[in-house]
Amino acid sequence: MNLATGVQVVSFGILAVMMIGAALGVVLLSNIVYSAFLLGGVFVSIAGMYLLLNADFVAAAQVLIYVGAVNVLILFAIMLVNKRQDFIPLPRAWVRQVLTAVVSLGLFILLSTMVLATPWSFSTGPAAGDNSIVLIGQHFFSDFLLPFELASILLLIAMVGAIILARREFLPEQTLATELEQPVLTLPERPRQLVSVASDRNSSLDKVERQK
Amino acid sequence: MDVGIDLEGSFIQSVTDLGVPAGAAKAIWMPLPMILMLIGATVGVLVTTWLERKISAAAQQRIGPEYMGPFGLLVPVADGLKLVFKEDVVPAKADPLLFTLGPILVVIPVFLSYLIVPFGQNLAIANVGTGVFLWIALSSVQPIGLLMSGYASNNKYSLLGGLRAAAQSISYEIPLALAVLAIAMMSNSLSTIDIVEQQSEYGLLGWNVWRQPIGFIIFWIAALAECERLPFDLPEAEEELVAGYQTEYAGMKFGLFYLGSYVNLVLSALLVAVLYLGGWSLPIPISMVAGWLGVSETSPWLEIIDASLGITMTILKAYFLVFLAILLRWTVPRVRIDQLLDLGWKFLLPVALVNLLLTAALKLAFPIAFGG
Repeated sequence: MNLATGVQVVSFGILAVMMIGAALGVVLLSNIVYSAFLLGGVFVSIAGMYLLLNADFVAAAQVLIYVGAVNVLILFAIMLVNKRQDFIPLPRAWVRQVLTAVVSLGLFILLSTMVLATPWSFSTGPAAGDNSIVLIGQHFFSDFLLPFELASILLLIAMVGAIILARREFLPEQTLATELEQPVLTLPERPRQLVSVASDRNSSLDKVERQK
Repeated sequence: MDVGIDLEGSFIQSVTDLGVPAGAAKAIWMPLPMILMLIGATVGVLVTTWLERKISAAAQQRIGPEYMGPFGLLVPVADGLKLVFKEDVVPAKADPLLFTLGPILVVIPVFLSYLIVPFGQNLAIANVGTGVFLWIALSSVQPIGLLMSGYASNNKYSLLGGLRAAAQSISYEIPLALAVLAIAMMSNSLSTIDIVEQQSEYGLLGWNVWRQPIGFIIFWIAALAECERLPFDLPEAEEELVAGYQTEYAGMKFGLFYLGSYVNLVLSALLVAVLYLGGWSLPIPISMVAGWLGVSETSPWLEIIDASLGITMTILKAYFLVFLAILLRWTVPRVRIDQLLDLGWKFLLPVALVNLLLTAALKLAFPIAFGG
């Protein structure tokens, strides 16, 4: 074993431990913010694995998309909707946990038997290395054209949906009506005379003042 | 075309001659350029903070730092020393782990990005095939550190500042990436070294600014926004948010943010120089100069002069852009958060898309000029 393979084995070990540890942390920690940050750790370790497999473009894309976009989005959602409330301990909560553990273990066993049973065919060609972008591009526009286009359409649909949700005028009337019925909030100071809507409230205020 | 000095090759050659196996020789070589680049980046920050003070002073008709060393050159050193000796305060209700990890996560990607900055044909840490794409991917990690420090400070201003910073850097990443994509399309490669080589043929006239004027402006605006420089320094807008995500930080943890932002500024300037201003290439191509002098282009002394001139040119171009950024700071007022997002999503993004389409069309129409 020379230096290069030694470094590879050691970094594989470190990455694997990091990935499994971080993934367990995501599932087991009760603080949701820690879980979200650890998810970023899982994604980075996966990117490291891709680097070890000579797929540097995929590794960079993994960091860009999963760490830079997906994980940041999750964090945004958590931080904007941060309800600091304690969990009420449910009676017989352990039943759920045991069931989840059984299902997860079953899935794990199923997948590992699949991995072990499948006769994998290893590619004998040289690693693409720096040329990988060109090869990926060629595949996108030849034999993987249909999945590529389908993925673009999926993203387009998601984008249209996001725009419709963000621009409320496309939503049906009734949801808007319920929103409008919120109590009108006024400042404690005396409202200005110029606002015509507030004129009746003004007069009532005036009455109060006159009574004083 | 493999002109230039191959320091790595000759170093490995001389070490293997001493009886060290080739793998170990490479392992001995590898940390050297990395350490050199780390030192270079840090010194670059010191110079930039000094320039910031001096140029700001000149813009406001003041003298600026004067008594600390000649021309106040020791001010950055004093700054650094002060930050090192300050007490490292962690607020009582803050999350100590995330509070410490936040600034580290902000700084590391910036320093890692120096991996792809070339100073010459063989004067880069690594000629990574993914090149600029790696830089874009790394800079997308930064918002996580900002969100982390904003959240961990347990302070409303910090959280708002962190969220703003993350929103800002996500929205300006897209025009930035699209501008880089147009360049990559013209040079048929993502590697920074290939991008410079493709520009270096005709000297000043071959630089990408002339072929990508819109892309250059988009890239520069987006890069300033990524660095949180004025007019885009909303995350730490003093009047609104105290100091944004930096509010609770003191001592070296604040120093990391400070360092990170200036390293990022220098890095962005270097990348603008590499992508649009011809990187290490001189305004007059070196082969032409060699022709005038009647010397062979591969003669050793000319190569040494060429390499040192290349480094000087890259740094000069980068510091010219830093100068522009500092001038912009005192000329343009800060934008509001809605104006910032409008500019990013409703103006820069469509313009960048049009620029990309235009580049593609020009590449098909004039393959000679646009790297067919």
